[in-house]
Amino acid sequence: MEPRVLTSKKPFTLKGFFLQWEWMLVLLFVAVIVMNVNLSDYFWDYNNLRDATMSFLDKAFIVLPMVFIIILADIDISVGSIVALSSVIMADLYAHGVPMELALIVCLAVGTLCGYINGLLIVKFKELSSVIVTLSTMIIYRGIAYILLKDQSVGKFPKWFNYLGWGYVGSIPFILIAFAVFAVLFGILLHKTTFGRKVYAIGSNPTASRYSGVQVDRIKIIVFTLAGLMSAVTALFLTSRMGSTRPNIATGYELDVIAMVVLGGISTAGGKGRMIGAILAVFLIGYLRYGLGLINISAQTLLIVIGLLLIFAVSVPKLKWKGTGAKGKAV
Amino acid sequence: MKKVLTLGLAAVMAVTLLAGCGGNDKEAGASGGGSPSASTGQPSDAGGKKRLAIIFKNTGNPYGEKQMEGFKKAVEENGDEAILKAPDQPTAEAQIQMIEELISQKVDAIAIAANDPDALQPALQKAMNAGIKVISLDSAVNAQSRITHVNQADPERIGRTLIQGVSEMIGGEGEIAILSATSQATNQNTWIEWMKKELEDPKYANIKLVKVAYGDDLRDKSVSETEALLKSYPNLKAIIAPTTVGIAAAGKVLTDKGLKDKVKLTGLGLPSEMAEYIESGVCPWMYLWNPIDVGYLAGYTAEALVKGEITGAVGEKFTAGTLGEKEIVADGDGTQVMLGDPFKFDSGNIAEWKEVY
Repeated sequence: MEPRVLTSKKPFTLKGFFLQWEWMLVLLFVAVIVMNVNLSDYFWDYNNLRDATMSFLDKAFIVLPMVFIIILADIDISVGSIVALSSVIMADLYAHGVPMELALIVCLAVGTLCGYINGLLIVKFKELSSVIVTLSTMIIYRGIAYILLKDQSVGKFPKWFNYLGWGYVGSIPFILIAFAVFAVLFGILLHKTTFGRKVYAIGSNPTASRYSGVQVDRIKIIVFTLAGLMSAVTALFLTSRMGSTRPNIATGYELDVIAMVVLGGISTAGGKGRMIGAILAVFLIGYLRYGLGLINISAQTLLIVIGLLLIFAVSVPKLKWKGTGAKGKAV
Repeated sequence: MKKVLTLGLAAVMAVTLLAGCGGNDKEAGASGGGSPSASTGQPSDAGGKKRLAIIFKNTGNPYGEKQMEGFKKAVEENGDEAILKAPDQPTAEAQIQMIEELISQKVDAIAIAANDPDALQPALQKAMNAGIKVISLDSAVNAQSRITHVNQADPERIGRTLIQGVSEMIGGEGEIAILSATSQATNQNTWIEWMKKELEDPKYANIKLVKVAYGDDLRDKSVSETEALLKSYPNLKAIIAPTTVGIAAAGKVLTDKGLKDKVKLTGLGLPSEMAEYIESGVCPWMYLWNPIDVGYLAGYTAEALVKGEITGAVGEKFTAGTLGEKEIVADGDGTQVMLGDPFKFDSGNIAEWKEVY
């Protein structure tokens, strides 16, 4: 009997290997570094490069579960509001005498709950697309944050709380280590477990997956819950960076996060993309912003540059790019 | 595949080009001229040109642009280089990022108009630990985040004068509301505190402050907040807007709705923006100071600190260019330098001032 050839796994060719989207990201990353080094003498400095990560990594935690969500061909635009709500509840509790350690755990619990509610709503109301559901929860969650704190800010956290966003382990920023740990965990979850394979399956073809026995609903709920949890993690680091919080923090974070995921080669049509792409995109956008900030470029010009980069990221695959996963799918 | 590779390289080139072009446009929305005197990303030579930076609350704010202009003038009068930065959203997170970028560039001084009095503390303390002289201007940061604060006028005088003015406008009785900027802005909150204190005086027993609304210094939000005030409080007699963006927005709304004689408007406004409303009577009079001078004074304060002429302690004196001698005074648990008294703009003098700023 002839051995069956699995068409989903293409034979390895050197050309095929190097023409992957992730290598294009590496090329872009190198280009950005080279450009920045030429623009400013302050860029190529170990301390500066190291400290720059502390500025852009706070929202990177949300990028990790967002990769899953977008592979599922869903979206979650409520993450910014979840960050705000978790942070506000934590601060409000602390201001009312709850010990900070406990408030911290409540923050994570709130985020997880918000994510779980998102998942539940999306799964129960199949007629509603995830963008509509998370649009509503985006407004509701931030609304609750405003009701709690009105327009005020709460701060004066204990000194040790500063360590999260500003501290170092040896000479490596704590936030970088935390991100690395989570990135590895999520990467393994996506690429090395059956859970991850099921996520790809659902993204490529939800109906076929369901009829093949994949528990689509359960997986979606888990993924959205994870997004809520990681939003709460971001809330911890962001609140620590600012030393205080108020209801309008993290506005627009969902757009930044989705931009990083899409730039990472994860198609919004679903079923395609790799974790390493998103991680590369995080550092690409982070250092691009930082480097341009070092030459004091105006805030508006920066927005244009990032926007153009995104358009490029989205349009190139349309031109018969040999990416990984579902072939010929429109972005 | 050749097509794709070419496109990829083209994109890379485009990114580099854009950054290169953008790199020449270094002023953050200030005097948009092509003067190459802004930061070039190169380190200052020891003993050579110093680099002093100013961060405002947000871009697209004419008042802020005037302040940055004044700052630049002061710094360049001393033969140094000015770096002007402002975020596109009035948030503390964006300002923290900019502070980090300035620390990386090893600037000599940072002057900041804060979006939040406390949220910038960790970042500014990091700057001070790195040897950078940090001062705040216009909107203060808490005393631990700065060496000293440059204040435009005594906040007590500003608050009290505005209430006295509004009382005169509405004949001593009626409902009034305040249209402020962002809820965390230090300067706004201090002035509102003093307004409330002034209202405790028995002679204002018939005046009631019904609401403090927040327009966030954003034009569209200020417009909608004004409209909401007019809807929710139909008996409103006056609006006090101690923010140039807010007062201009309120002026437009009141004019468009034809409420000129029903609802009076006053506050702090830029003469150039408010001239039409003062001339039409929608705003009988208002106050301000010269924002160019505020920036200018901040520039000289920063220079004096960098040169080591002062350390920010109470009682120290220094010369601030054309503004003359200035003294550092106490302010809560910190110190500050004052520009002077608020200036009244009315139909008598608006014509001459609207060209200036």
